[in-house]
Amino acid sequence: MRCSQRKSMVISTQNLTFTFGSQTVVKSLSLQVPEGSIYGFLGPNGAGKTTTIKLLLNLLKTQEGSIHIFDKELQSNRIEILSQIGSLIEQPAIYLHLSGKENLMNRALLLGVPEKRVDDMLDLVHLSQAANKKAGQYSLGMKQRLGIALALLSDPKLLILDEPTNGLDPNGIIEIRELLVKLTSVHNKTVFISSHLLAEIQKMATHVGIINFGELMFQGSIAELEALSKPSVQIETDKTVDAANFLKRNNIEVSEVNDHYLFVPFTSKENMGAINALLNQNDYTVYSINKQQQDLEKLFLAITQNA
Amino acid sequence: MKGFILSFRSEFYKTRKTMGFWSSVLLPLLLCLLLFVGFFIKSDKLINTPGMMLWLQFAGAILGIMGLLLLPMLIIFIAYSVNNVEHKADTWKTLFSLPLSKLSVYAAKYFYALFLVFLCLALFVLFTLGFGNLLSIVKPGLKFNEYSVAGLLTQLYLKFFLAALGILSIQFLLSLLFSDFLKPMGIGFVCTITGSILASNNWEYAYLFPYSHPMMAMKALSQTHPKDNGVSGKMPEITINMFTHETWVSLAVAIAVFIAGYYIVLKRSVK
Repeated sequence: MRCSQRKSMVISTQNLTFTFGSQTVVKSLSLQVPEGSIYGFLGPNGAGKTTTIKLLLNLLKTQEGSIHIFDKELQSNRIEILSQIGSLIEQPAIYLHLSGKENLMNRALLLGVPEKRVDDMLDLVHLSQAANKKAGQYSLGMKQRLGIALALLSDPKLLILDEPTNGLDPNGIIEIRELLVKLTSVHNKTVFISSHLLAEIQKMATHVGIINFGELMFQGSIAELEALSKPSVQIETDKTVDAANFLKRNNIEVSEVNDHYLFVPFTSKENMGAINALLNQNDYTVYSINKQQQDLEKLFLAITQNA
Repeated sequence: MKGFILSFRSEFYKTRKTMGFWSSVLLPLLLCLLLFVGFFIKSDKLINTPGMMLWLQFAGAILGIMGLLLLPMLIIFIAYSVNNVEHKADTWKTLFSLPLSKLSVYAAKYFYALFLVFLCLALFVLFTLGFGNLLSIVKPGLKFNEYSVAGLLTQLYLKFFLAALGILSIQFLLSLLFSDFLKPMGIGFVCTITGSILASNNWEYAYLFPYSHPMMAMKALSQTHPKDNGVSGKMPEITINMFTHETWVSLAVAIAVFIAGYYIVLKRSVK
């Protein structure tokens, strides 16, 4: 059973533990990243995300536990495994005195990739225009895109990206998101992407792992994560606080009130309509009322703060 | 081996537009050009100097500071610049997550630094000979053509190269471990001064200290200075003892530090 389950896992770690001095940064981590997934690796800053990624790339030596990538043990198959991984860790590693194209050419030389592929990658990340400009003059977003082009250069089966949208503007974030979705859905790649922003991951990830203080707090599909959160009804009225008090008097539970909205736990659509009618009949103007999946952001905070 | 060659080529590709690379070409070119101009202007006073002495003056001007300061500083700078390319771009992590063995990445970098030192010294030989011969063409009165210094000069610079190996390994490792310039530079500078003092005072164990080696290599020339100084009219023989105590120490230190460095790279977490 265990064996067949691992078959489809691109990354599989067992009880991975890593200690810096006396500080345990990664505790008994067992990651399962299925093939073809976009695996969002979430956690607040300092949770152990980058350390885990460095372990996955053999930049840090595994102290305890084991790492299997493409069903092979990492230490003993290092080069074979690394040849199928593209990675971007923290800030993109770019030689600022070389042009964008030269950066790619240098990597192509090391990987034995033809020049044609370099041009394709420049096209893919929309850097063809700036190909011969020194990377030192690139904006943060362009550097990040160049970093992604470098990661994709060898046409790897697995992409490991550490906070790849850091410093990108909304357009850039959307572009990268669409690119990653395309890579997994069309080209059957697997993407392992870390972030401290759930909202960003939520829009593209198929699977999620949440880590805090080096421990895995949750792992599963995005649907499983959403199932953990209870939906609520968000209501906007002309007198929010009064409306909230009115609902309470009518034995309707109000979960949250803020300057603009009040929230009521969702039970059914009919119930939502009844609340709407009740408010309207009692001289509260309802500007908007809608069902909301409970903010995953809050769920994320709840999960990471429980530790 | 393929990984090593690829990495070595990549080292060249990365640095071919940096000062680190060009300094090892420009330094010999500019210094020799400067000497050329100096001798050209002073040529009237040198008309009567015999060919051998002329060459010794010409080449000796650079050789004099080579052992004292130039070679150690050059090594410190090259070792720094080869590693600094990665420190500055934050690329160690990418370098070590490429599908190449860590040994080939590390060794390619080391041998590239070694190559730059070799290139620089070889160019010193080439430019010294070139500009010397050019002088005898543009100022036919100068007797540069009376004596061939090529063999001697090559041997001398080869001795400098061998003397450089120990320091290079140490400076390479320091520059690999420390991302700033001041630490390797400061340590290198203090050691160079110490080494020069030890060697110039003929301390009997100076040969054990790599930073003394360039100075000792330089002294190899003055020790074999001809006794008759050309008075007899006959050209004296100058021989250089290529493999002396300090050469073996330099080699041994180079190999030991290179191996130690590799294990440090393996153990160390990549930033």
